[in-house]
Amino acid sequence: MKNDIDRGPLFFRDRDWHPAAYTPGYKTSMTRAPFRPLVALGSTLSEETGPAFGHTMIGALDNNLILNFTGQPAIGERIIMHGRVLDENGRGIPNVLVEIWQANAGGRYRHKKDNYAAPLDPNFGGCGRTISGPDGSYEFLTVRPGAYPWPNHVNNWRPMHIHISVFGSGFGQRLITQMYFEGDPLIAKCPIVKTIGQEKAIQALVAPLDMNRAIPMDCLAYKFDIVLRGRRQSFFENRKEGL
Amino acid sequence: MQKLDYLKESPSQTAGPYVHIGLTPNKLGIPGIYPTDLGESPIREGAKGEQITIVGTVQDGAGMILRDALIESWQADAEGIYPGNDPRGAADPNVTGWARIIADFDSGEWTLSTIKPGRVPFPDGRMMAPHIALWVVARGVNLGLQTRIYFEDEDNESCPVLQRIEHRPRVNTLIAKKTADGTYRFDIVLQGENETVFFDI
Ligand SMILES: [Fe+2]
Repeated sequence: MKNDIDRGPLFFRDRDWHPAAYTPGYKTSMTRAPFRPLVALGSTLSEETGPAFGHTMIGALDNNLILNFTGQPAIGERIIMHGRVLDENGRGIPNVLVEIWQANAGGRYRHKKDNYAAPLDPNFGGCGRTISGPDGSYEFLTVRPGAYPWPNHVNNWRPMHIHISVFGSGFGQRLITQMYFEGDPLIAKCPIVKTIGQEKAIQALVAPLDMNRAIPMDCLAYKFDIVLRGRRQSFFENRKEGL
Repeated sequence: MQKLDYLKESPSQTAGPYVHIGLTPNKLGIPGIYPTDLGESPIREGAKGEQITIVGTVQDGAGMILRDALIESWQADAEGIYPGNDPRGAADPNVTGWARIIADFDSGEWTLSTIKPGRVPFPDGRMMAPHIALWVVARGVNLGLQTRIYFEDEDNESCPVLQRIEHRPRVNTLIAKKTADGTYRFDIVLQGENETVFFDI
């Protein structure tokens, strides 16, 4: 399993591309954002290595959110969410864990703190996981989550979205993000989306409808590639022998 | 001019208030989807090294203790070798190195029981003091925060990473305090006077 995809120093994060920590439009960030500058340095072995997960730990229905809670189908618009986990060099990252969670088709989470009027679906749990294939590809079957209101400003609604947690081959690549859906008018109005400053970066989180992967008379599909920090590869790397 | 054709990293978004549905559904009270939550422990029975327990909280800028924080930890074995893809060789088979830790839903306290990691070399060959890398996410945190736990009973003076912290008194925020034999305290402060050092690393 060892190969050059999991060796080498990590590319630096582009902090102007990611959301800033302190984003007053998203109120909770105001007391949870560090005020002091981050201590910046190149990656070390502690960030270049990371946990490994085997395909064997994944259950047969783990990536099927329509069936994985009770075995009876969840209600909602059936969709395939698929794509690849890539690094910034454009290479697929194999064997990495992708976990997702989401509201049900009505926009309600299975969580005691969610008291939105939309009902729980007795057959929808709301989480799934998979391990990327040899080319970095992954796939989930789920229902399209509903939009939902949340307490921030008076009338804020989250666009339809799926939360995604992904591992790379190094702990420094660890990332959580959200996938949005092509054409959703709530994307442009969402304070959490707008924590991201650049429109191009926001667009990188919007999954297009993918009719090639849709299954006739069964489900639609959305394609979402996830990009993790790349690794620098050079024979000129300033490292001691054997490190 | 030719075009640089690198991809851009996917921009981060907050883990939000419902992160436990995705990452620790059993602990949240959604059993039956996965047999167990991942990352219950970074070690297995028989792991070599000193057994330690680290207890702490995550606190915000208003002094409130977070009940919804999720932390992941990554560490080397007692010899300073990382499990998995460490180019220097194989680690202790009973050390997986990774844990997923959640703040208690009522008290906000979190606990990590593990073995103390060994020293790991910095890229130039100097040794970093024993440490555990942490990644902290929560509602209101837009991009996962990177920090490290060091130990007050180790030689931290010569650690090349700690030396990079210009404001020396802040180094103290990364040092777990010994509260009893094998027990340490490590509180993370997201903002304010005793704000923990976070890295861009
Ligand atoms: Fe959400």
